Amino acid sequence: MQATFPRLMLDHARRRPEAPALREKHLGIWQTTSWRALATLVGEIAAGLAEAGMRRDDHLIVVGENRPRLYAAMLAAQVLGAVPIPLYQDAVADEFVFPITNAEVGFAIVEDQEQVDKMIEVRGRCTHLGRVWYDDPRGLRHYAEPGLAPLDALVESGRAWLASRPGWLEDAVAEVGADDVAAIFFTSGTTGNPKGVVHTHRSLIASARAAADFDRLTDAEEVLAYLPPAWIGQNTFSYAQWLACGYVVNCPESASTVNIDLNDIGPTYYFAPPRVFEGLLTTVTIRMEDASAPKKWLFRHFMAVARRVGPALLDGRRVGLADRLHHALGQLLIYGPLRNTLGLSRVRVAYTAGEAIGPDLFTFYRSIGINLKQLYGSTETAVFVCVQPDDEARADTVGLPLKGVELRIDDRGEIFVKSHGLLREYYRNPEATAEVLTADGWFRTGDAGFLDAGGHLKIIDRAKDVGRLAGGPDDGAMFAPKYVENKLKFFPYVKEAVAYGDRRASVCAMVNIDFEAVGNWAEKRNLAYAGYADLAQKPEVIELVRDCVEKVNADLARDDKLAGSQISRFLVLHKELDADDGELTRTRKVRRGFIAERYQVLVDALYAGLDHQYVETPVKFEDGRSGMVAADLKIVDTKIFPALRKAA
Amino acid sequence: MATDRKIGDVVLDVRNISLSFGGVKALSDISFDVREHEIRAIIGPNGAGKSSMLNCINGVYMPQEGAISFRGRTFMHMNSRQVAEMGLARTFQNLALFKGMSVLDNIMTGRNLKMKCNLFQQAIRWGAAEREECAQREQVERIIDFLEIQPYRKTPVGRLSYGLQKRVDLGRALAMEPSLLLLDEPMAGMNVEEKQDMSRFILDLNDEFGTTIVLIEHDMGVVMDISDRVVVLDYGRKIGDGAPDEVRLDPDVISAYLGTTH
Repeated sequence: MQATFPRLMLDHARRRPEAPALREKHLGIWQTTSWRALATLVGEIAAGLAEAGMRRDDHLIVVGENRPRLYAAMLAAQVLGAVPIPLYQDAVADEFVFPITNAEVGFAIVEDQEQVDKMIEVRGRCTHLGRVWYDDPRGLRHYAEPGLAPLDALVESGRAWLASRPGWLEDAVAEVGADDVAAIFFTSGTTGNPKGVVHTHRSLIASARAAADFDRLTDAEEVLAYLPPAWIGQNTFSYAQWLACGYVVNCPESASTVNIDLNDIGPTYYFAPPRVFEGLLTTVTIRMEDASAPKKWLFRHFMAVARRVGPALLDGRRVGLADRLHHALGQLLIYGPLRNTLGLSRVRVAYTAGEAIGPDLFTFYRSIGINLKQLYGSTETAVFVCVQPDDEARADTVGLPLKGVELRIDDRGEIFVKSHGLLREYYRNPEATAEVLTADGWFRTGDAGFLDAGGHLKIIDRAKDVGRLAGGPDDGAMFAPKYVENKLKFFPYVKEAVAYGDRRASVCAMVNIDFEAVGNWAEKRNLAYAGYADLAQKPEVIELVRDCVEKVNADLARDDKLAGSQISRFLVLHKELDADDGELTRTRKVRRGFIAERYQVLVDALYAGLDHQYVETPVKFEDGRSGMVAADLKIVDTKIFPALRKAA
Repeated sequence: MATDRKIGDVVLDVRNISLSFGGVKALSDISFDVREHEIRAIIGPNGAGKSSMLNCINGVYMPQEGAISFRGRTFMHMNSRQVAEMGLARTFQNLALFKGMSVLDNIMTGRNLKMKCNLFQQAIRWGAAEREECAQREQVERIIDFLEIQPYRKTPVGRLSYGLQKRVDLGRALAMEPSLLLLDEPMAGMNVEEKQDMSRFILDLNDEFGTTIVLIEHDMGVVMDISDRVVVLDYGRKIGDGAPDEVRLDPDVISAYLGTTH
């Protein structure tokens, strides 16, 4: 029989009824739900929903943090052949209107008062939404909204309804097939309305299984579910793969206790976006600053050893005996305790994805013995497209195509994917579907990249932003602005960077220094400065930035395809790029085109070969007033490295 | 535990209380009552006698004149332990927490009256004592959950921010499962967000558990928003008593408090 999520659940309940399925910390103690108990709960919620009028293909929105009963609710909807739609719990009420009306949602199961209030707020605009149930009744006792009831009541009514219908759950589960729709995920569109990505049981399970086989995941894994369940990544780690493998998903007590819960659980399979790893590292660094001198010395000494031999050991490469012993001592004194403090001592497989991760950050975790890897995928591909094998993890690639995944890269560098995990369509949006799904079954990712010598995929930018150099020695070479900018931004001294080069003879960049990091750096050197603009134009600071730029160039030169993207000239901006001035988006992405217009005179100066340029810029202050900042900016030439062509 | 919040009969009746320290008259001839399930505020400028009034109610000070009746029993002066056993708890204006102890242990001390085991049994922590501690701990955990301080369970109180310490102080008072709770300036020194949080906890507490609350507060905005009735003191005298809207319009109150600066 083809696998569906409810079938997988029943299978676990049959084969290993007392094994833990979910845990949640309640009143300070981890409470376990076994597979048997889960199946019972799912049956009761499903029966309750059926009695409340839910039919095949109806839609149920699930809004809340990771809570066992919300996961059970998603399974319950699937039992009925209805479709759960997890939505982001931190969205404001207005953002719910589009998905609810677009998918004509009639039912909602939400976490608490906060979410109930949002449902009530949008109800006038969402006429289909008839029934709302809530998991946590706190503060809701006096709500007299029609159609609103506690989840307990739904479970209760389901239990009563089931009493006279033995075997109902198994029959209902048997009626749902693998090609029925399993879930819809709304992607947060930065422009326009979000799109509902429709996935079947088959696509989600195929992708989840392929990745689980790749990493040899078993039913003994422990996972901490702490990211929004509406994001397909979390939904894969704590739902699709959970049911495919039968491991334990742990729900933290609250969003603010995640670090404590991480320590309690010690997950073996862990996912975090780069910013979480960055946050953890910052905590370690700050605490080490306060440590006593001998501890600081030990930490610095052994971290240097780890950087030198740690990644090699993890990759299974040959390491000399002396280094091995040195590293083993470090393991005992520093790395082991550090992993334990981070709550990562049992991690067997850790992933990061979503944005580029800095090489230093990536190496830090690998060097202390955490098997951190990268993956590539999107909501439309049910997450897994490329994954790094344990011994081939690199900071600048995203790994090899997973089994069953085909990649095609067109002449513009855009990546196309064909796999079992592709979306069926965007819900009620045939135009958008036609844009991304080709007639012969390829999915257009919108990302640009290429395969390196080892067959690893390297993502460089969004396809629409990739340009070509025109004229000059590198005529026609590929230019990926974000790739270059990210490389610069990995340096702590660089806050933002904007690179230009499309249809130009060479690449030039404008750099924003990180005021805090460079300010600290200057203080340590007794370098006096009057403010941001002054600091930015100090010759020492410009040298510091030049050093960063040249390191990036050296790095780019190593890459055959991107050697032409080396930065030939740069300047350091006199003001921070700011979302209030329209230079960044609210999510802090640089608006390259807008900046080019606003600083036209600077861009012209960069390409005209001038060595300085005077500029005046209007700025908006935080209190709403506006003013002008003016500065004479130095423009610096940098060293370009010859491309190191790889021997065939 | 849930009770429908309905303001009931008088539970605490303060009659003609006068208190003086030597020649200083802190309170003169104060009378007011508190009804079941209500939020009753005592306001007034600095030195008006608000804290002295609270101290009379829970037996820290002995008033020279007047009587206090609590749930039908009349006292010339209250005795602290007796008061606690009758279900009256309080928090302190200047936080009397054990700074070196964890949040959990601090709140646990509030359960002391509920423990049956003696010191020796507790020290050995075996059998009955262990079972009792587990049961008490469950109650404490409910309070931690209610006040949303789960991340700080094991943090020494001294390391927490002032706003959180205030919350722990409230938690310890709640651990006594009081039927009447006295709050001494629960929002003093807090920022706007912390004040909003605390207001919500006070309202939830009153709503979910039906706890009667007497609170002293300086922040007029907060008081007017959350209390059912307000007593206004000035230089130890009562100058106003009634619903927030009435009090707000009372000319005596305006001149004594709202209209002048202190």
